[in-house]
Amino acid sequence: MRWIRQRLLGVIAVLVLVYLFIPIAVVAVLSFNKPDGKYNISWNQFSIDAWTNLCGVPGVCGSFMVSIRIGVITTIVATILGTMIAFALVRYRFRGRSTTNLLIFLPMTTPEVVMGASLLALFLNLRFPLGETTIIIAHIMFTISFIVVTVKARLQGMDPRLEEAARDLYAGPRATFRYVTFPLVAPGIAGAALLGFSLSFDDFIISFFNAGTVVTFPIYIWGAAQRGIPVQVNALATMVFLAAMVIVLTTQVVSYRRRKALQLPPQALEAALPRS
Amino acid sequence: MSASRGRNVEDLNLRNLTKKFGDVAAVDDLTLTVPAGSFFALLGASGCGKTTTLRMVAGLEEPTSGTIAIGDQDITRLRAFQRPVNTVFQSYALFPHLDIFENVAFGLRRRKVKNVDQKVNAMLELVELGPMARRKPSQLSGGQQQRVAVARALINEPDVLLLDEPLGALDLKLRRQMQIELKRIQMEVGTTFVHVTHDQEEAMTMADTVAVMNKGRIEQMGHPADIYELPQTVFVANFLGQSNLFAGSRTGQSGEVIMVDSHGMKFSVLASRNSAMSDEIIIGIRPEKIVVRDLVDQDAVPAGHNALEGRVTDVSYTGVSTQYVVETLWGQDVTVFEQNVIVGDRCDVGDPVILHWSPEHTFGLAGGETLLHKTAQVLAAGV
Amino acid sequence: MVALLPSTGAKAQVSPQKRSRTGYFLLLPGMTWLAIFFAIPFVTLFLTSLQAPVAGESGQYVPAFQVSNYPDALMEYWPQFLKSFIYAGIATALALLIAYPLAYFIAFKAGRWRALMLVLVIAPSFASFLLRTYAWKTILADEGFITSFFNALHLLPDDRILNTSIAVIAGLTYNFLPFMILPLYAALEKVDPRLIEASNDLYASAFTTFRKVTWPLSLPGVVAGTLLTFIPATGDYINAELLGSTQDRMIGNIIQTNFIEFRDYPTASALSFVLMAVILVLVFTYIRRAGTEDLV
Repeated sequence: MRWIRQRLLGVIAVLVLVYLFIPIAVVAVLSFNKPDGKYNISWNQFSIDAWTNLCGVPGVCGSFMVSIRIGVITTIVATILGTMIAFALVRYRFRGRSTTNLLIFLPMTTPEVVMGASLLALFLNLRFPLGETTIIIAHIMFTISFIVVTVKARLQGMDPRLEEAARDLYAGPRATFRYVTFPLVAPGIAGAALLGFSLSFDDFIISFFNAGTVVTFPIYIWGAAQRGIPVQVNALATMVFLAAMVIVLTTQVVSYRRRKALQLPPQALEAALPRS
Repeated sequence: MSASRGRNVEDLNLRNLTKKFGDVAAVDDLTLTVPAGSFFALLGASGCGKTTTLRMVAGLEEPTSGTIAIGDQDITRLRAFQRPVNTVFQSYALFPHLDIFENVAFGLRRRKVKNVDQKVNAMLELVELGPMARRKPSQLSGGQQQRVAVARALINEPDVLLLDEPLGALDLKLRRQMQIELKRIQMEVGTTFVHVTHDQEEAMTMADTVAVMNKGRIEQMGHPADIYELPQTVFVANFLGQSNLFAGSRTGQSGEVIMVDSHGMKFSVLASRNSAMSDEIIIGIRPEKIVVRDLVDQDAVPAGHNALEGRVTDVSYTGVSTQYVVETLWGQDVTVFEQNVIVGDRCDVGDPVILHWSPEHTFGLAGGETLLHKTAQVLAAGV
Repeated sequence: MVALLPSTGAKAQVSPQKRSRTGYFLLLPGMTWLAIFFAIPFVTLFLTSLQAPVAGESGQYVPAFQVSNYPDALMEYWPQFLKSFIYAGIATALALLIAYPLAYFIAFKAGRWRALMLVLVIAPSFASFLLRTYAWKTILADEGFITSFFNALHLLPDDRILNTSIAVIAGLTYNFLPFMILPLYAALEKVDPRLIEASNDLYASAFTTFRKVTWPLSLPGVVAGTLLTFIPATGDYINAELLGSTQDRMIGNIIQTNFIEFRDYPTASALSFVLMAVILVLVFTYIRRAGTEDLV
């Protein structure tokens, strides 16, 4: 009975994971489709046309590059600003802490449609021209919080004694940061940047409100959905997904290898030592 | 060994050192001299202020008042990275992103010292970790990490090496091994070691001077054997080893011997072994100093010995010794350790017995019944 | 008080926090950005929601204090509001049901697969949100396997899933599932497995152990996951637009079309404001339980 129950939980867990990937599989499979008609929603015939001619449909690659550009700029600015806030939250005492926490938390819980609408209301009232700048402003605004949360978690997980040890070993504040704090937090910052980029690259709702005439990749997809999404879009999205998976899994494997190396029994190491 | 040093080491002097967190004084007007080159242990229960004291010496905590000096040089206001003091941190705080070599080289590199390679290699030899130089800390066992932490601090040739519960994370067997190891290293380099611990056995094994701390103050300080044989406060008598304590009052004195009445029984204590100023005296005796005999043998009690009747309520055989709990006529439990050298019968539970011990082993402490109860409660809660 | 003293080893773990100008300097740029582009827009949103139309010119509004915009907007669109909360509520409940076993498995049973499984939970977010939602069109298609299956059991009132509220709820459940799994996992991971063993040891059945030990200890994760799923689901309009019919439009669709297509800024702003107010009530109820420190 107990055996069945334990297996049952594992089976359910795997099924849920499979469920999470079903739509992605559909997207990937349909990237090899030659649709019958303009809507690429049901399987017709195998073809690699989309993969060999990625930019074959006007506007696809252009919007893709716009999204990459916006994503990169957003990631750089938001990662810097968010990391600074995370350090302040963990390492410094200041007035207005709960207000600060709230102002960081709320963007993560506000529906995108409300954020998009309110920001548009601001730009309209200021008669600020909509375009790539307004999209970037918006993206930085909603990514900062996620960066703060990610970097903060890493910082909090760091043993404060490591920094004390650095100070004890003749490292001043700068040297402590450069040789100890930063190298230890860097993986967290890199992870936060990756998250920031994926949030920006994939954002549709807020961008749509504040884009003006600029067409990002998601906005292109949205527009295309009415008249049929080109197969190239599926191919590009599959590519992005695979690239992200490669990055994430590589880091996972590297850290797993590292942990694996530690699993050598300590006695084996002791034995390698000449003892007095 | 290149790590040993020609330069003269100087005493560490703490004067009226106080640290308050809010209204609570973690360290309270502490004045203390740690002799140069000694292995000094600061012993106390958790929360007694010993770690705070250490952190103030390291420069990681700022004193509320008082001064810290090495010889004549006042270091109270120096930042941690400016002090000729290094720390072996609790759970080591080895930099996980640097290998063993770079961990040990860290302080030298920050100070831009020359011949880093040679010095690090020599230091790794001293702690017997030469082959481990290019491993990451997490690939080492607990004992090895501990030695890296010592090497990383010692290589800077500090005037004082601070050790914050350095063996706390190790298992019992390894801890014993490391105690001997640390003592060997200390002898070899001759640096002053200040060692913070809550483990009285560890303090006694390693240190040449032990200071017992309680509530931010030093209760007693001296050579481990002296403190053990002649504790001067109820706290020390209970914290460092075990003691049987009987509250009583002074009834007279003949020559060197003070007479004390406790629960209607007469006890003698040497005036030189009594630290109580008033007539209220607590009589103390260590469990292993007591001899336990069947009550029928009471004539065999040597003249002048303190003696006490009771009934055995518990016997436990621990190999090296047998531990008895004996209930006195007024209901107090007395602990007795008897070495297992006697051939023949041991006393059994329920046996009426007589306990006796020499006044030479008896000590007198200031305080009364209430102090005994309070201390017992504190110790039960704290350690 | 003594417990707070950093004099004992374990408690010295608390990060030393400095009070200095550097803290403010680090906060200033990022928080200014959030203040200008997140907080202040709510003020302009509020002001816009009170604007009055210029007679004869569509899309032109003047500053006013037309409070009646609110009752007008709510009178017209309350069904969509209600629908949003119902859809999001059902989707959240389903997500909790689906997420809990997975989060539990990752926290207690996954062993060395734990890190990989967590990556797999996050991974779907790397594929386009729009395309993933669009893919459900294929999966739930009328002649597709799933629809046929349910039809064979005569479980579908309209004989189809696509372009019904079922498809919208299914899409919402799918899209926000990781937001439910991760907080649940975070809470469960903190539960000492020995507590569960202890409970079993103390004659509690598996079910009783779950009810009396595991579930109460995972409640912080349940609350956080519910909020993080319910809130974006309520405001979402992509699922309704791509998977539903015109009868399944949610409040997000209304705000979007009023703002961008009809240029009825006051109505759209009023609706956004009401939606935000409801969500703020939820968030503050949560904060009262948890405090602000655990938020970020």
